[in-house]
Amino acid sequence: MTTLTKTEDAPAPTGRDAFLSVRDLRVQFSTEDGIVKAVDGLSFDLERGRTLGIVGESGSGKSVTNLTVLGLHNPKTTTVTGEIVLDGQELTGAREKTLEKLRGNKMAMIFQDPLTALSPFYTIGRQIMEPFRKHTGASKKEARERAIEMLTKVGIPHPKTRVDDYPHQFSGGMRQRAMIAMALVCDPDLIIADEPTTALDVTVQAQILDLLKDLQQEFGSSIIFITHDLGVIAEMADDIMVMYGGRAVERGSAAEVLRAPRHPYTWGLLSSMPSLSGNVHEKLMPIPGNPPSLLNPPSGCAFHPRCGFRSEVGGTLCTTDRPELGAGRASACHLTAEQKQTLFVEQIKPRLG
Amino acid sequence: MSDELTLTEPKDTLPATGEPLLTAENLTMHFPVYGGFPFKRKVGAVKAVDGVDLQVFPGESFGLVGESGCGKSTTGRMLTRLLEPTDGRITYRGQDITRAGRKQLAPIRSEIQMIFQDPYSSLNPRQTVGKIISAPMEINGIEPPGGREARVRELLEIVGLNPEHFNRFPHEFSGGQRQRIGVARALALEPKLIVADEPVSALDVSIQAQVVNLLQDVQKELGIAFVFIAHDLAIVRHFSQRLAVMYLGKVVEVGDRDSLYNAPRHPYTHALLSAVPEASLHDDDAPQRERIRLTGDVPSPINPPSGCRFRTRCWKAQDVCATEEPPLVQLSGNRDGHLTACHFPEDGDALSSGKEIVMDEALRRLEK
Repeated sequence: MTTLTKTEDAPAPTGRDAFLSVRDLRVQFSTEDGIVKAVDGLSFDLERGRTLGIVGESGSGKSVTNLTVLGLHNPKTTTVTGEIVLDGQELTGAREKTLEKLRGNKMAMIFQDPLTALSPFYTIGRQIMEPFRKHTGASKKEARERAIEMLTKVGIPHPKTRVDDYPHQFSGGMRQRAMIAMALVCDPDLIIADEPTTALDVTVQAQILDLLKDLQQEFGSSIIFITHDLGVIAEMADDIMVMYGGRAVERGSAAEVLRAPRHPYTWGLLSSMPSLSGNVHEKLMPIPGNPPSLLNPPSGCAFHPRCGFRSEVGGTLCTTDRPELGAGRASACHLTAEQKQTLFVEQIKPRLG
Repeated sequence: MSDELTLTEPKDTLPATGEPLLTAENLTMHFPVYGGFPFKRKVGAVKAVDGVDLQVFPGESFGLVGESGCGKSTTGRMLTRLLEPTDGRITYRGQDITRAGRKQLAPIRSEIQMIFQDPYSSLNPRQTVGKIISAPMEINGIEPPGGREARVRELLEIVGLNPEHFNRFPHEFSGGQRQRIGVARALALEPKLIVADEPVSALDVSIQAQVVNLLQDVQKELGIAFVFIAHDLAIVRHFSQRLAVMYLGKVVEVGDRDSLYNAPRHPYTHALLSAVPEASLHDDDAPQRERIRLTGDVPSPINPPSGCRFRTRCWKAQDVCATEEPPLVQLSGNRDGHLTACHFPEDGDALSSGKEIVMDEALRRLEK
């Protein structure tokens, strides 16, 4: 299985019928210190009506990827290469006008911090109405009715009066609901949710996650769900992509990745998280060291300085050769499939709750 | 956790015996709210903490959990006497420190230390690491044998940093390393009690585990008591032998770890535990987890609900909940030291009851 490498150039056959298909995406920022390779050769597909969970630490490139999909980077300082195809439409070189028509209409975003993502200057209702009017050309009255309808849908009490409230009059959970209403107002086919519950309390987080799941069923949209919390991913995602240092290191269905992870980084993430049922006398097994700098990423496998299984691979393969991620269920690691299997069953699984 | 496991493990989950290190009785903190024109007057109070009783025993780790705004951080700050409570009593090793002045507090300050949440704003960017860690010794006039610099190097080594980094500035370190510096500073005076206010919430998942392990080592090896404040129930379970669940300025349930996580009695504790998302690896054969979805958010502490404060979001609330405040008592069937404040407590069964309670209006409508 070690010869799974270098399959990146041949796009997966499913790539064409996927709703969103990203191929060999590279995003680079030029800064004073040099060129930051925030995303470095990323490929994934998302089918209609499914949820893709992207997990990774800060600086792994998960947010940058999705801002690129929406075309929200400053073109002056950012170089984007590769392919982003949304429903048959190429987005990478698309003109700003084309993107404008898609943003908020066909694809929408739910941001992490609803207080900074909402404008304090306009009422909630006006902010929900704006994309709707712009994309459908609806009148003010129609848009207002639509805003009230959306607020009812996301569970804001007294939507008829709350529609005229300002964001500061809403609590954290209600603001996030309002953001969801705003994202869903044009029935988008693709919703990108960037850590939508990280700023919320657990009880409110559970409400919001359930709400998103239920709304997805009703609207049939595809969701890209970005988070660093594997528990949240387990609850939301159909498929999971684990990112590290600007690249995908493991990909598969949620059950596959969570129950039989194959990459040492995913093992590290899982065993560094305490669970509600694990053995409290067992110490957590953190990943040593720190996430890599994207200005000067490690040679070979970006995870090699923190990886505890380098000796299993042997030689200098990990420091010199970058493992590629194959198509479908895959992990980018030099360990053989049997090694991954035995290591996980013998060393990692017993530690997880 | 299986039964055999608990039997073979050391019995550290029993309530600690002997003199408590720190006791808080009826601890209250009301922050005044000013308003009016043209002269500002006091028009109300944020009842951040409203009558909290708790005890911390030497060498134990006591967890405080709750949602934002429940008063857990304010409680922590009162315990370290960074805030003076508006009412109630704090006793440290038999000595009343509720209203103690600066001079009286000086010797106690060195025994109660604090670790803050944000490792970026809690370290002075203009001081070197050496200066930051030796500041507590300087202020308290302590000359450790071998000099302060040697002690700082030793502390850096304890927290897993390179002692050579003595002369570096905080900005040269990553978030996890900075939190280690914060831990080293808290350890500088060999404290008896450390109040850690969300020490890992600002860190990445892989780094969180590093810091939790460090704190655990420190606690076990140096025998320091911890008050561990966090909103992550899984981390508190991992770190604390006893814990209290707070809601809107009150303790609603307190008990040892096993009892509280396996047989919670307060509806709010049930709701909190059922809301924790779990990256469960074998959920096919496991019994269905409880699913409770509360409605709305925590009410405002300026004008908290009468009676039981949780009643506005509780599915069991009845008339008596609005009129009478439930006392924090030991219910029948609970272990010693497991106290619950509820008129209609849940059965003491585990969370795998498969119960489904959805109070959220939008969710109910969508699920129909």
